[in-house]
Amino acid sequence: MSSLGEMVQKVRSKNAGPFWLTIDIFCGTDAAFEDVRQRLDTGKVAARLGANSQDLKRFDIASLNVIKISLPRPTVQGAVDDRDMHGASWAALISEMDI
Amino acid sequence: MVKVLIPSGALGLNYDAQALQRGIDARPDIIAIDGGSTDSGPSYLGRGVSKYARASIKLEWAGLMAAAAEAGCPLVIGTAGTCGADSAVDWMLDITREIAAEQGTHPRIAVMRSGQDPAQIAQAWQEDRITPLSGAPEIDAAGIRACTNIVALAGAEQVAAALDTGADIILCGRTTDTAIIAALPLQHGVDAGAAWHAAKIGECGALCASNPQSGVLMVEFDEAGGFVIHPLAEGAHATPHTVSAHMLYENSDPFILYEPGGHLDVTEARYRALDATRVHVSGARWVPSDRYTVKLEGARVAGYQTVLMVLLRDARYVANAQAWADDITAKCLEKAGQRLDAPPDSYSIELRLIGQNASFGDLEAREAAPVEVGVMAIVTAQTAALADELGKMLNPYLLHHPLTREEEQPTFAFPFSPAEMPRGAVYEFALHHVMTLDDPMQAFALEVVET
Repeated sequence: MSSLGEMVQKVRSKNAGPFWLTIDIFCGTDAAFEDVRQRLDTGKVAARLGANSQDLKRFDIASLNVIKISLPRPTVQGAVDDRDMHGASWAALISEMDI
Repeated sequence: MVKVLIPSGALGLNYDAQALQRGIDARPDIIAIDGGSTDSGPSYLGRGVSKYARASIKLEWAGLMAAAAEAGCPLVIGTAGTCGADSAVDWMLDITREIAAEQGTHPRIAVMRSGQDPAQIAQAWQEDRITPLSGAPEIDAAGIRACTNIVALAGAEQVAAALDTGADIILCGRTTDTAIIAALPLQHGVDAGAAWHAAKIGECGALCASNPQSGVLMVEFDEAGGFVIHPLAEGAHATPHTVSAHMLYENSDPFILYEPGGHLDVTEARYRALDATRVHVSGARWVPSDRYTVKLEGARVAGYQTVLMVLLRDARYVANAQAWADDITAKCLEKAGQRLDAPPDSYSIELRLIGQNASFGDLEAREAAPVEVGVMAIVTAQTAALADELGKMLNPYLLHHPLTREEEQPTFAFPFSPAEMPRGAVYEFALHHVMTLDDPMQAFALEVVET
């Protein structure tokens, strides 16, 4: 087992508007992309984020060696229970996943 | 063909003055800059204010006003004052007039306002003219009327109407990030796929290139339906990878982008390096929609907050911070129930442990022994007075609460006096919906101001 973050160049998380979160996994090379594409379980990503897997949209973009995952924000941006106004830290939670 | 100069991703983030001059020397047809975003949260829209310092906005805007005068082209800002509410547009207009007076110029200013009357939006909701987008919150007419500000996101049509006034400067309320860039090329007959694609790539300035903080970007359209992305700062390079990767940025779908009047599809787009700095892009498609819809954003008061901070450094308390915090929350809520004349659902207390799980709460997957734990105590209540009372009730717990009854009374580190910090009203985003319009200008107001 190795963590996703050790296999790829960078994981980034951002708001896509106040109601959506988007996570971009920059794999860096064709080989890393192929490896991550096969091993990354969308259901496990959803569980890690506390989300329903059917709400996740996943894009495996070979031309960029990027896997993009978008989902309704686990908490609406700026709501009283929101902890991260810009959705910045979710990347760390995904990056540290064993895959 | 048409050239759009984009000084940076947002007014207030500064721009490279030399690169801007290079852009001016290349004779752009328009200078377009974004003034806002929802990214800093609902408070700015709720209050109708800018997140940036007035002095920063004034300095940067004065530079762009002078640049546009030198280039002899219009200058447009979208989503003025961070949120694009009418009060923020008025703030921007005030700054613009002040600069014009200081520069001794008399620009014609078009002001395009996007603010909506909550009562009318509630009416539109009842008439089924408002449709939820994916992930939208539940709404009702009362919740809509409670919004302190609602804006509609203008598209290219409304920006074009403002350009048609012949104004030197165009101050827009809320627009889509892309509309201010796409509007003029569309007026000049540029292929709509190219105009919107270029606008999406260029909306954050040089963020689509290396050296992203250099800001300044030129977008030039060609007759064949393509465009060239050219970052203008020394050492900034656009490559097919940096440009195409920008479609990922803050976008839930990297291939489709919805705009008023249609959507952009970049599935078939092609990116080709012209040299080490410039990239040629073509192949995007614009798909018009049957209905003309504009997105709505609204914010309303969600409560009033008081926050307190305390630092735990004693190793035993650091190790048992969660149990300590949970015990305080339970005991303080019990006391509040006995002493405050307010229903228990009108307030809440949340203690977040910084250094342990403040980012994710129960979703945190990593465990490590921290040196210290910062406790951020958040009191939210229906009134500011109640939040203040509850904060004061919480204070002695945070200062002295023991893990066990037997031990000597401990004391913890308050970094501030008073420990309670009132945050005033906190806002929440209330709308993620689109409204159908019969005419693009129906929800927008255009005014020309002579100086």
